[in-house]
Amino acid sequence: MNNIQKNRLKDQIFKVWGIGCTLFALILLAFFIGDILIDGIMRIDWAFIIDLPSRKPEKAGIYTALMGSIWILFLTTIIAFPIGVAAGVYLEEYSKKNRLSAILEINISNLAGVPSIIYGLLGLEVFVRIMGLGASVLAGSLTLSLLILPIIIVATREAIKAVPKSIKDASYALGASKWQTIWNQVLPASSGGILTGVILALSRAVGETAPLIVVGALAYVPFAPESPMDDFSVLPIQIFNWISRPQHGFIENAAAAIIILLLITFIMNGIAVYFRNKWQKKLK
Amino acid sequence: MAKEIEINMETITEQIPGKLIDPSLKKKSKIEVKDVKVWYDDFNAIKGIDMNIKPNTVTAFIGPSGCGKSTFLRLFNRMNDYIEGFRMEGKIKINGDNIYKKKVNVEELRKEIGMVFQKPNPFPKSIFDNVAYGLKIQGITDKQLIEERVIYCLKQVALWDEVKDDLKKSGMALSGGQQQRLCIARTLAVQPSIILMDEPTSALDPISTAKVEELIFKLKEKYTIIIVTHNMQQASRISDYTAFFYLGELIEYNKTKTIFTNPEKQQTENYITGRFG
Repeated sequence: MNNIQKNRLKDQIFKVWGIGCTLFALILLAFFIGDILIDGIMRIDWAFIIDLPSRKPEKAGIYTALMGSIWILFLTTIIAFPIGVAAGVYLEEYSKKNRLSAILEINISNLAGVPSIIYGLLGLEVFVRIMGLGASVLAGSLTLSLLILPIIIVATREAIKAVPKSIKDASYALGASKWQTIWNQVLPASSGGILTGVILALSRAVGETAPLIVVGALAYVPFAPESPMDDFSVLPIQIFNWISRPQHGFIENAAAAIIILLLITFIMNGIAVYFRNKWQKKLK
Repeated sequence: MAKEIEINMETITEQIPGKLIDPSLKKKSKIEVKDVKVWYDDFNAIKGIDMNIKPNTVTAFIGPSGCGKSTFLRLFNRMNDYIEGFRMEGKIKINGDNIYKKKVNVEELRKEIGMVFQKPNPFPKSIFDNVAYGLKIQGITDKQLIEERVIYCLKQVALWDEVKDDLKKSGMALSGGQQQRLCIARTLAVQPSIILMDEPTSALDPISTAKVEELIFKLKEKYTIIIVTHNMQQASRISDYTAFFYLGELIEYNKTKTIFTNPEKQQTENYITGRFG
């Protein structure tokens, strides 16, 4: 066998290996989703979505948890979005490239890797106890905001970096100030990338359980939250609660709730992909 | 937007903020450069240049890559300010005022001194918004005025007939040559008196290049133009004065005709005849 044949063979082997690895991951996912669907799809109806929690599995619904998740999503968005984007803009456009900014940069990357339960402990101490917010939706949202801030900051910076320098130059050369250039050129041109990052970060937040348990989200709340200071539960906690019960009916409920949660995250990721594609086309 | 707007230059006699004015009626823009030196960190990019540039002329900067001509050009509208490690000594006076004084408002300066870049760089916005951008950032909201100015500038660069039906189309959808003329129109819209051009045709095909050169020739009546070019023929075709740079120094600066027919320095002759560089 000569060299060319050897290389071709290696090529083939690697190709098969790659296909195998991809299939392995996909099959696992398909198996999981299939299993969940079989268990839960029959349980999903309108009543399941608008019913309050109950001791009887066939009567229980996800209304309070779903509303809790929506509250969390809403508050986390309005807290984390402006702060994260502003921090990203500052780091990319304003801060001088010196040692301080290098330290900031490394630490923001580190923050993105901190286990979420640590954020829960931080939220418990700072928001629940020191600021006296109690186990409220607001405290939970602030905690999740901290958790996803590094992701939003990093995504914002990457999106801003992708804006061609020539566009900024053109803006400056026409007499635009730094802020005008950022507001009129940099942010519009990077908005797709920023939105993608924000949505992906939020879809992570909506699936978080550990930090919210630490902050004090309840497994059972009789009513949906009506203000930021109310007690709350969220879908992942509801799922966790149902799975830990012995009755088979609750297992079905859990599977159904998982389907709803997956649906929410899939839709959010879909929107993110849509924005990213639109954005890439625009910059080309 | 499609309606034609007549622009009567004779009725406009002085500069009224926001109103269209004929740039030739503006103060003549004399440029004086005194002993300018530039460093990027430790690298001495420009090693002491003196130069005077006359109003309403086209001056070409030529020289091999890395000779400092682009750096020198970008001094006039202070575009080097953003480069880290940039340091500058000496004076550049435009109409008698040193533009590197502390008090100078850089944004105002850049409205007076426009710039066209090497690669056409329209904003990812509509053709109309590209030209209107300079006015919008000045806070001008008068729609009619903006419209008049956009149409006037697009006509100046001979782009109007090509784009008048799709002003809402993205500026990036135009061809390279059209994009570059759009960028020139965008620059004209802010009514500068000096236009800096950094190899404006190096990314264009010969036909588009000819159009841009024709345009430069026309603009000379009203503007002072400084153009960096790698194309010797281009320098000889369009410029009145030519400056030859080499390794951060101004080797020779004279009337274009003299430089190309009877240069004083051997280095200049070698460069323009293609023996090096």
